[in-house]
Amino acid sequence: MASNKKYWKSEVELSADASIVETLRQNEFPEQLPVDAFLGEKEQLASSQTSRRDFLKYVGFSTAAASLAACEGPVHKSIPYVVQPERIIPGVANYYATTIADGFDFASILVKTREGRPIKIERNKEAAFKGDTNARIQASVLSLYDSTRLQGPRNAEGDVEWDVLDATVKARLASLASSGKQVALLTQTYASPSTDRLIAQFAERYGNVTHVSYDAVGENAALDAYQAKYGERALADYDFSKADLIVSFGADFLGDWQGGGYDSGYAAGRVPKAGKMSRHVHFEANMSLSGANADKRVPLSPAHQKIALAKLFAALNGSSAGGELPEAAARAVEELAAAVAKAGRKAVVVTGLQDADAQAVVLAMNEMLGSEAFQPEAPRYTRQGDAKALEQLMADMQAGKVGVLLMDGVDPLYTLPNAAAFAEALGKVDLSVAFSTNRTATTEAATFTAAASHYLESWGDTQLKKGHYGLTQPVIRQLFDTRQFQQSLLTWMGEEQTWYDFVRETWEGGILSGADWNKALHDGFFAGAAMADPEMGATAQQDKENAEGEGATSTVADLAGAVSRLAAAQTAEKTLVLYSKVGMGDGRQAGNPWLQEFPDPITRVSWDNYLTVSKKDAQALGLVNKYAANGGLDGSYVNITVNGTTVSGVPVVIQPGQAEGTFGLAFGYGKTTGLKAEMQTGVNAFPLYQGFDTAQEVSIEKAAGMHEFACIQLQKTLMGRGDIIKETTLEIFNTKDAAEWNHVPQVSLNHQEVPATTVDLWDSFDRSIGHHFNMSIDLNACTGCGACVIACHAENNVPVVGKEEIRKSRDMHWLRIDRYYSSEDTFEGDNVKKDEFSGALESKRGFEEMEDPAANPQVAFQPVMCQHCNHAPCETVCPVAATAHSRQGHNHMAYNRCVGTRYCANNCPYKVRRFNWFLYNNNDEFDYHMNNDLGKMVLNPDVNVRSRGVMEKCSWCIQMTQKSILDAKREGRAVTDEEFQTACSNACSSGAIVFGDINDPESEVSKLKADARMYHLLEHVGTQPNVFYQVKVRNTDEA
Amino acid sequence: MPSFSPVLRDATYIEQQHMKKVPNRHPNFAILAFSLALSLLVSPTLTAQDDAAAAASTEAAADAGDGSPCGPGDAAKGKQLFNQNCAACHALDRRMTGPALANVATRLTEEEGLDCDWIYGWIRNSAGVIASGDSYANSIYNEYNQAAMTAFPTLSDQDINDILAYTEAPPPAPAAAAVPAGGGTGDPAAQSGISNEIILGALALVFALLVMMLFLVNRTLRRIAEANGVMVEKEKAEKGLPIWKAFAQNQFLVLVTVIFLMLGAAYFAYGWLMQVGVDQGYAPIQPIHYSHKIHAGDNGIDCKYCHSSARVSKHSGIPSLNVCMNCHKSIYEYKGNPEGPSAEDLANGYTNEFYTGEIKKLYAAVGWDEETQSYANEPKPVEWVRIHNLPDFAYFNHSQHVSVGKIECQTCHGPVEEMEIMYQYSPLTMGWCINCHRETNVQMEGNDYYEKIHEELAKKYGVEQVTAAQMGGLECGKCHY
Repeated sequence: MASNKKYWKSEVELSADASIVETLRQNEFPEQLPVDAFLGEKEQLASSQTSRRDFLKYVGFSTAAASLAACEGPVHKSIPYVVQPERIIPGVANYYATTIADGFDFASILVKTREGRPIKIERNKEAAFKGDTNARIQASVLSLYDSTRLQGPRNAEGDVEWDVLDATVKARLASLASSGKQVALLTQTYASPSTDRLIAQFAERYGNVTHVSYDAVGENAALDAYQAKYGERALADYDFSKADLIVSFGADFLGDWQGGGYDSGYAAGRVPKAGKMSRHVHFEANMSLSGANADKRVPLSPAHQKIALAKLFAALNGSSAGGELPEAAARAVEELAAAVAKAGRKAVVVTGLQDADAQAVVLAMNEMLGSEAFQPEAPRYTRQGDAKALEQLMADMQAGKVGVLLMDGVDPLYTLPNAAAFAEALGKVDLSVAFSTNRTATTEAATFTAAASHYLESWGDTQLKKGHYGLTQPVIRQLFDTRQFQQSLLTWMGEEQTWYDFVRETWEGGILSGADWNKALHDGFFAGAAMADPEMGATAQQDKENAEGEGATSTVADLAGAVSRLAAAQTAEKTLVLYSKVGMGDGRQAGNPWLQEFPDPITRVSWDNYLTVSKKDAQALGLVNKYAANGGLDGSYVNITVNGTTVSGVPVVIQPGQAEGTFGLAFGYGKTTGLKAEMQTGVNAFPLYQGFDTAQEVSIEKAAGMHEFACIQLQKTLMGRGDIIKETTLEIFNTKDAAEWNHVPQVSLNHQEVPATTVDLWDSFDRSIGHHFNMSIDLNACTGCGACVIACHAENNVPVVGKEEIRKSRDMHWLRIDRYYSSEDTFEGDNVKKDEFSGALESKRGFEEMEDPAANPQVAFQPVMCQHCNHAPCETVCPVAATAHSRQGHNHMAYNRCVGTRYCANNCPYKVRRFNWFLYNNNDEFDYHMNNDLGKMVLNPDVNVRSRGVMEKCSWCIQMTQKSILDAKREGRAVTDEEFQTACSNACSSGAIVFGDINDPESEVSKLKADARMYHLLEHVGTQPNVFYQVKVRNTDEA
Repeated sequence: MPSFSPVLRDATYIEQQHMKKVPNRHPNFAILAFSLALSLLVSPTLTAQDDAAAAASTEAAADAGDGSPCGPGDAAKGKQLFNQNCAACHALDRRMTGPALANVATRLTEEEGLDCDWIYGWIRNSAGVIASGDSYANSIYNEYNQAAMTAFPTLSDQDINDILAYTEAPPPAPAAAAVPAGGGTGDPAAQSGISNEIILGALALVFALLVMMLFLVNRTLRRIAEANGVMVEKEKAEKGLPIWKAFAQNQFLVLVTVIFLMLGAAYFAYGWLMQVGVDQGYAPIQPIHYSHKIHAGDNGIDCKYCHSSARVSKHSGIPSLNVCMNCHKSIYEYKGNPEGPSAEDLANGYTNEFYTGEIKKLYAAVGWDEETQSYANEPKPVEWVRIHNLPDFAYFNHSQHVSVGKIECQTCHGPVEEMEIMYQYSPLTMGWCINCHRETNVQMEGNDYYEKIHEELAKKYGVEQVTAAQMGGLECGKCHY
């Protein structure tokens, strides 16, 4: 059966009195232009000093002045290099492989540079372990050009020279030896072999040195559990592509869970191949990306998750665990236990609960299952934060035992729950130096602020995972008078050696084991011999087994205790669950306008964080979400209190799928120091992150007022036209004919029902010669992560418009990821009921009855960009032929020809055209990166910067396809399939977006086009898009 | 049309300023006439004579050459070898990368007490001599920034003797320079036969005489008539309506005239408007007077030697100064083309000294110190005025046209090899682009990229050649994105 499920985008659509929904469905811009406000004030108009005659004079004068000025063109100066670097050819991009390791995000990447400027981050597809690039990594290139960056070292009085800083620190370090005070290093997670070696040398040189790693959003519990079991502070790695059954207890592994980067493995198993795909069962409180992608999602509070985990473990062991679960959850766990037992080695269990017991139980359970996806022997090192060590350090600082405190990549005064205590302790340290790229609360309080280099200006190395190393190399000289922390340590140790030499020494001395340094640097990564050598692996395995053998009895006893503690978890009345958003992470890139404007994949809200509340709790607390007349979302405010700490004025978003009694709040917002006023958005959730536990007992009270969100949720409705997302279950997919689950809409031709695809008003071009581009988007593989959205921004110079404009539905994203909620369980019932409707009234009432807004919805993500229709409705209505078609399948947009009638946008059934309401560059009203010379360095020189009054839209990165074609022509060869890419397909780590030439029968995209799951968006309109989608298949098989 | 932002595509590469529009070079007619006269005076035969004289004197010098202290040599052959092997780093009378070599053998034998074997050894393997700890070798090595001299093991003793002979007694500078250009006062007509100008002049004279004669005859006849009492009556104009009044009264004619005037005005107004922003012929004054005529024309340097990125990039690229220095390290003065500066050049002030002065500007920009032959000074990058300016919304790629389309640079840039001052030859309007795309066939042969397309085209339409337009070269998005 075709899925005729009713999709809804917001719970407001489901309430009976939501007249705004109907209004929005009818009118894209529901608000009248405010001319009355202006013309209505007759008195003011009359009293104006400017007469009509004056007005005409001004108009005439300015027209004449403008035309006169236009007669003289500007003189452009061309300044060539004095000595041109060998590898730089103006107009040709260079790519460098490097590694991002900023303490929160770790990945192997390629950096595209033009004329020596890094302008784009790409995935390093060759790297054996990628740590996929997410939206934040894609956006990190803009943080390099942040105009608020620190431009040199400072102290309280103002700018200082590095010499002064060095002399002071050296003198203090030298004097410490006698005073008996310690030197403390408080740093981000480096996972860097060279930095570890350096710090060891530093400790040797000065003695009494403590090094504490600190993650703003840490994985303490998981690290502790792994350490207890395997003796090393690391995180077990998981390869989800090897799992048939994925069970998650609050682990948002498609988000930032344990460093993230699991998308590609997960997505690989989610695409049905030979009738099989993985099944994903998810227990969680907040609606997360992973939960949204799950086949079965059970909303559950963190305490209940613990009980469920204990019950599952017990069931697999054949014992039982206490604790009470809601009925639905209890049943789900029972069914799950059977399924896990059946899947055996093919099952994997993960948890994001910040509880060492839960983490220990999960490790034990995966080991017990012999899970293939579970890789404890090659763990990840990308989280090192140690809460206990930090506590000890703060105590030492408070006691005056710390003489020098050196900090790098951390902002404890912003990210610590007990920031005030840290501030007090910091005051007792004789000398503190904080390395940072930007001003932060911590740099303001430290004795010296040391301006640190951005990672694109730095050398470094990272061990992402055991045996998998990444090298960081600078791709641009330091823009400012900045220095790396490691280089500074070397200087303070009195070493002549540079940090580059030190890294190289480390590598050539050990890691490379004879391999070529230059090759490793060129590749940006190095897979160590430990991985390639089976003997080493076997030894490790042997060690592991030995360790297990020795500790077996104690482990069993510990486990039993852990399970019983888990089962005894007490459910609080209200639980706050803190999380990090894919757009903002821990907030270290809060000054990045791309990320601020990036709409959250789930709530579609940009420029804010908020408390997510279930509908039932919202009703109980009297919280509301309303839509203002202009389509903007408004939400109530609440004050939330955890353990005596109150964060007030938190806006509320009512979130379908939120577990009852739980509330979600994202980290990374509410930062004020060192940020432009526009970027100071949201509230700071870190004060509530007590004991580094994301689950907190909370009390919530409603506050006065309504918050204005910049949400693109109800905007760009598809005007009530359904059949956007086609969806089916694995069972139907495997057993029924494609016509059943991928039904082609029928239209009447000569009184006969025929498929809509066969009827056409227009003659077709001959596109059989040359290239004909198509794009495939697999709804099964798309996790909604949004890396493509930022990649598109970077590639195409898409402007940032700001919160106010977003609220007015003037967002400029060329690529949006629509998120649709649906209803579970009533799938068949829905269809039957819908078919029986007659008349508008009944269907309206029927839909309201049909769906329970508080239920746990299924979610589908759908990336939508210009569909590049072969018969494009926009082209026929353009009065100036500014948008036209190419035989390669692109729908072209000639900005210089556009006069801004916006007819095309009105006639586009997909609503993918974006209008430049203002000049977004060189305009103080839009003080983002395009308003300063530094930020403009990120612009792609091959793509135009659009001006006011011009329509723009996805160009399918024609500059990239044109380049691939030209390269091939120049080299006299055919283009290979991999060469044809767009920014989004390049950025997509899950392989959901595939771009290519369908005239090449060997190309991946032409194979996908022949797939039975292929369908076009709004097929019945007859636009013949060149973008097609693959039907979403859910694995709802219970066993 | 919407105005486009001044955010440049290559923000760091190009600096923007307000315009001082430099007028096109209007050749002064007086100068033109003068140069015409001069060109008549300096005849080919005269310069041919100079060449002959120069050749003769060279031969004389060679004959007279008695070689160096190391033995006799052929200076003419030596000169050839010198230019082939030595001239990149040595001059006769001037320090360059290496020392001046005039009378080098005499100098070394007499002042330094070194023998010819030392010289042979040094030339064949200078590094070996330095390594042997020879004091003079080391001192000269250090004096010249430890620049190692290329070893020439293939040169025979006789070759070296030839070179040394040349350095001892270089052939005298061509006498041509001594002959004052245009100084010849001989009768050019007599030498080169009766030229067209003479014929035309004679014809003009004949016509003038005829007119004068006619006038005289007329006057004489009139006098005769007067003398005979014949009254030649002047025809009296009929008193009538003046023509302009008649015209004004004819409303139809007025209407027609007004319409034509308006159409004419509209035609010219349109024409004027269409040239707004079209800078054809734009020839700004550059910070260094760089003559494409001398480089690409007289010396035949390939365009892509300097504009190398045109092969692979969208930019043709203004050559960086290190490219200039590839040659100008040794070419430190302008010696003129063999004929010497033309009269026109002289009239413009393009003397040898002028060009040498421009080379010095290059040295100043690149920070080259001629004395020490090193980049000792602070470089000051040259701010060239960009001549060909496409708007930001038009994408143009040189490599597409140069490497793939195999289009000559001159097709769009005009006779650059004849341009003393570079100017914009083509209008660079969209119509101009489109026109070429319509007329130009795609270069499919020998390019594997087109193989499949060509095959399909031939099969489907039976055509062998397609124009760029037929391949989609007129689509908006190919240039505007």
